[in-house]
Amino acid sequence: MLWSPSETLSRSEIEAIQLERLKWQVSYAYERVPFYKKGMDEVGVRPEHITKLSDISKLPFTVKTDLRDNYPTGLFAVPNKDIVRFHSSSGTTGKPIIVGYTRNDMENWTECCARMCTAAGVTQDDVAQVAFGYGLFTGGFGLHYGLERVGASVLPISSGNSERQIMFMKDLKTTVLIATPSYVLHLAEIMADMGVTKDDISLKTGMFGGEGHTPEMRVQIEERLGINDTQNYGLTELCGPGLSYECLHHTGMHINEDFFLAEIIDPVSGEVLPKGCEGELVISTLTKEGIPMLRYRTKDITTLTYDQCACGRTFARMDLVRGRSDDMMVIRGVNVFPSQVEAVLMGIEGIGQHYQLIVTTEKYMDKMEVQVELLDGAILDSYSNLEKLANEIRHKIRTVLQIDVKVTLLNPKTLERTAGKSHRVIDRRSKSF
Amino acid sequence: MLVRQINVFLENQSGRLAEVTKTLGDNDIDIRALYIADTTEYGILRMILDKPEKAVDILTQAGFTVSSTPVIALAIADKPGTLDHALSILSQGSLSLEYLYAYVGRSSDDAVVVIRVQDPELALTKLEEAGIRVLSSEEVYGV
Repeated sequence: MLWSPSETLSRSEIEAIQLERLKWQVSYAYERVPFYKKGMDEVGVRPEHITKLSDISKLPFTVKTDLRDNYPTGLFAVPNKDIVRFHSSSGTTGKPIIVGYTRNDMENWTECCARMCTAAGVTQDDVAQVAFGYGLFTGGFGLHYGLERVGASVLPISSGNSERQIMFMKDLKTTVLIATPSYVLHLAEIMADMGVTKDDISLKTGMFGGEGHTPEMRVQIEERLGINDTQNYGLTELCGPGLSYECLHHTGMHINEDFFLAEIIDPVSGEVLPKGCEGELVISTLTKEGIPMLRYRTKDITTLTYDQCACGRTFARMDLVRGRSDDMMVIRGVNVFPSQVEAVLMGIEGIGQHYQLIVTTEKYMDKMEVQVELLDGAILDSYSNLEKLANEIRHKIRTVLQIDVKVTLLNPKTLERTAGKSHRVIDRRSKSF
Repeated sequence: MLVRQINVFLENQSGRLAEVTKTLGDNDIDIRALYIADTTEYGILRMILDKPEKAVDILTQAGFTVSSTPVIALAIADKPGTLDHALSILSQGSLSLEYLYAYVGRSSDDAVVVIRVQDPELALTKLEEAGIRVLSSEEVYGV
């Protein structure tokens, strides 16, 4: 099922649209945003130097701190009278970032989200429960507008109050659930506590985003809730949800290429990598009026593929994000993504799916501790079973990461549950070494 | 007959054991015997309680990882050589002992020895055939 005929254009048609829009976006940003003019002048590039798509590599990158440094609206291309909506991303350190949407931006964002909902199979026959937070977070409103556009019956319940979520889910026969993956697993736990099974609810599809999730987590979610788990991707800086999304075939996330231009770069050198290589995703907006973004470094590690999907869509697809270049920890010289540890833990029976990684320095050596919750009481019959479980976890992590970790088993429900992005890593290493 | 032993996972954190005993005390559950297997990392608390089913529910609700195991409680006369007799019955029957712990009962001169073996039903038969007194759950829970 397609929402827009644009989704099946040929590669040359897509590129023609992208080039035309890129030229417009670059000169628009150059003329209206001093930050872009200064950046381009410094490297001696002018808007008219963009004559083909690959010329984009001449432009400097934009990074998150550029938004913070220009807080609140220094990167806006229009005065506030043309802005109809603000959103903000809290960020864990320093000032938040603020983005603004013009009426056209809102229309384009809604179009992107409507395509995303349609790709997940959502129609006017669906009841969609939006358990994303509403407010400054783009997730709630983005999905809300897209779902309304395709005609679904939207329940804007927002996040939290899990018992009430489950009550509405049963009583309104919700068919589509929108949430972060970690909140979905939390809901599944509460459901089990309440004695509600997947046969008591009518869910058929999940549209999950706001944070990444591993294939193992997906298997758990699909089994426990009896749904097709679709993932989507977006960043506040670039519009929010609707940048890319999976269809029901799970072949990667289709990027709305008529609104966004994607590149993959080497996160260290900044060089553009050939098609098919894994690297950091860089996105340029093509139609943004409120806050244009040229070559925005997402910090997310992924791969792009360009062949047509079984669903008919021809837009480039990005793999599920493998990790973040800034989440990547270097432990004793080994690159470690929390998602790798998560994947190992998902495959082990008897423990919960929440975990925490604690990195410390002992005698100038990095140490990593993995904390997981012990759920299976049967193992307590013999002490050696308990040690076997801890050793199995240690051994499997060693196989994947090539490093030794300390495994700590905890009582159930002792690790923090969050409705939003979960904070899995605590790095206590001294930064001076 | 077999007696229920309750196992509780203990993180190596100060106060964890006290949380268990407080939860039991608040719910009017009496501890008949207890034994902790521990290393520097974790402990497993094994207990004989007067209300084992209720204890499992209460402790699970309180956030502990809990299980229950069938064990055998033997009445052993408090004099040299009697424990050896009971254990030799098990070893003659090739029944491997996982662990045991003992406590002194309140109402008799016998010591009570709680044993955990791989095949408790078979062990029970062998011990009873050999004339060793095996305590019923009423006797153990209500000591």
